[in-house]
Amino acid sequence: MTDPETTTLAAPEPAGEGLDARLVVERGSFRLDVELTAAPGDVVALLGPNGAGKTTALRALAGLVPLTGGHLRLDGVEMDRMPPDARPVGVVFQDYLLFPHLSALDNVAFGPRCHGATKAEARAQAAAWLERLGLAEHGSAKPRRLSGGQAQRVALARALATRPRLLLLDEPLAALDARTRLDVRAQLRHHLAEFEAVAVLVTHDPLDAMVLADHLVVIEDGRVVQRGTPADIARRPRTDYIAHLVGLNLYRGEAEGHTVRIDRKSTIATTEDLTGPVFVAFPPNAVTLHQDRPSGSSARNLWHCEVTGMETHGDQIRVALTGELPLAADLTTVAAAELGLRPGARVWAAVKAAQTHAYPA
Amino acid sequence: MRPPSLRRGVRGGAPLPLLLPALIGLAFLVLPLVALLVRAPWRSMPELLTSTEVWQALQLSLVCATAATAVSLVIGVPLAWLLARVEFPGRGLVRALVTLPLVLPPVVGGVALLMALGRNGVVGQWLDSWFGITLPFTTTGVVIAEAFVAMPFLVISVEGTLRAADPRYEEAAATLGASRFTAFRRVTLPLIAPGIAAGAVLAWARALGEFGATITFAGNFPGRTQTMPLAVYLALQNDPAAAIALSLVLLAVSIAVLAGLRDRWMTAS
Repeated sequence: MTDPETTTLAAPEPAGEGLDARLVVERGSFRLDVELTAAPGDVVALLGPNGAGKTTALRALAGLVPLTGGHLRLDGVEMDRMPPDARPVGVVFQDYLLFPHLSALDNVAFGPRCHGATKAEARAQAAAWLERLGLAEHGSAKPRRLSGGQAQRVALARALATRPRLLLLDEPLAALDARTRLDVRAQLRHHLAEFEAVAVLVTHDPLDAMVLADHLVVIEDGRVVQRGTPADIARRPRTDYIAHLVGLNLYRGEAEGHTVRIDRKSTIATTEDLTGPVFVAFPPNAVTLHQDRPSGSSARNLWHCEVTGMETHGDQIRVALTGELPLAADLTTVAAAELGLRPGARVWAAVKAAQTHAYPA
Repeated sequence: MRPPSLRRGVRGGAPLPLLLPALIGLAFLVLPLVALLVRAPWRSMPELLTSTEVWQALQLSLVCATAATAVSLVIGVPLAWLLARVEFPGRGLVRALVTLPLVLPPVVGGVALLMALGRNGVVGQWLDSWFGITLPFTTTGVVIAEAFVAMPFLVISVEGTLRAADPRYEEAAATLGASRFTAFRRVTLPLIAPGIAAGAVLAWARALGEFGATITFAGNFPGRTQTMPLAVYLALQNDPAAAIALSLVLLAVSIAVLAGLRDRWMTAS
């Protein structure tokens, strides 16, 4: 439906300070080509499905994967040929990789020690970081004695203790259970907001990305398909993947005034007056379903559809439909029962033009 | 709970075509050791074991095996790291060469060492004429012969442990500013310490029992190059009781080694 090739996605102009990178990594048939720029204090989230190349991008920033092309500058310094231990970069790994034979304190002291601090200095710095992250009493604990949330904070303290100019976080919340996740996400947001240099985090969870980051870079198949603020991306998704993540029906077509032609056969009426290639999006709860063709309905968009699947979605039922257009519709359990919905049933779907949102592709 | 029975388990009894050879195999391995205990001259044991020759041989064996293990650790652990962590052309060939002494008859190893380090050997002639160093038929020669035979055990064991260890810990160390050597010393080494210990014990046990390469390269001089296995072999010709006594000492040492490793092997599931 959408073709990322045609969307030009220039990164914002790089500043002298901060991150300015074009990461090109070729490995077999996979090619990653991602432009990233960020000013000090920015938190950028790389969002994308599994296998999109997010983690490869992060490893390239850390120097764990060599670039096959592009460039990498941090605060005006060329970094692309620097070995990882020479880069002012801190990494919080997905499963933290805390050294199991060292205490939490010594894990955090490891970085300062490698940067030339004496053992006593390194430990004093580590203790200060643990204190700052609310882990003062866990300094002597070995990593296996820590809870998931604590281990995550030790990993963050360890990465911050080297005073990096670029902080990288790989799926920082993925290893946590749902309850802990909520707390840790809030804490992490707080710590990232305090961090004065560039932070880049990788996630496949749109909520994590939107809560933690100021800028989102959506990667699919090694390429950037969209970038912008969380609000912008949630409102104007440009690929099925993002539309699905933010829970919108998304179509790409040609606009002629208030009508958008999707394929040859179907059209969507919109309130925006546009011409040329556009996206049209509307939420599933904007769709109403009817047993018989509604007469005198004010809805401008009406399609005859077949139910292909149903699942509970919060306190609603999300119905997947095919027909002229693939559609997702949300309705209450009562409404679903009254309509006698089941896979294979044929219904009429209506959407008011006012509830659609069209924007240039 | 019922005690586990040989013939009746959850999956049925052991079928005879498997059970019979298994029991023969067990007997084959255990019987000689039992015979050694049965024929042991228990009464004259204290006397036999306190003779100067026995003590000399035992002392020499322990010192040489320990020195050979130390040599193997110093050069074998880095070699294992190289094989496990660095991609280079011909790595498979290098690994095969390292493994070769494992399968090579030790006597051949001894002859090869003579050709390399003997007074007229490829390297030995220079050692002799430049530094006046002679290795064959010396205690150092014993250590070299034992290390040659025992080090592959250590290398293979440590390499296996390294391969099983998560290399991403080294990456994490690198992102914290650790050079590759620092990462090895402060992260990898502590993580693979149990594997190194097991490899060292294996190498030590192999060095202690080394016979063929030692007698070929270092000869059989009491007090200088005559280790326990050599002493056992020699004693068997003229004093079988002494040979049994010496064998029992080596058996005791082997059992001690096994006991030390039981956590790693005996409890393996």
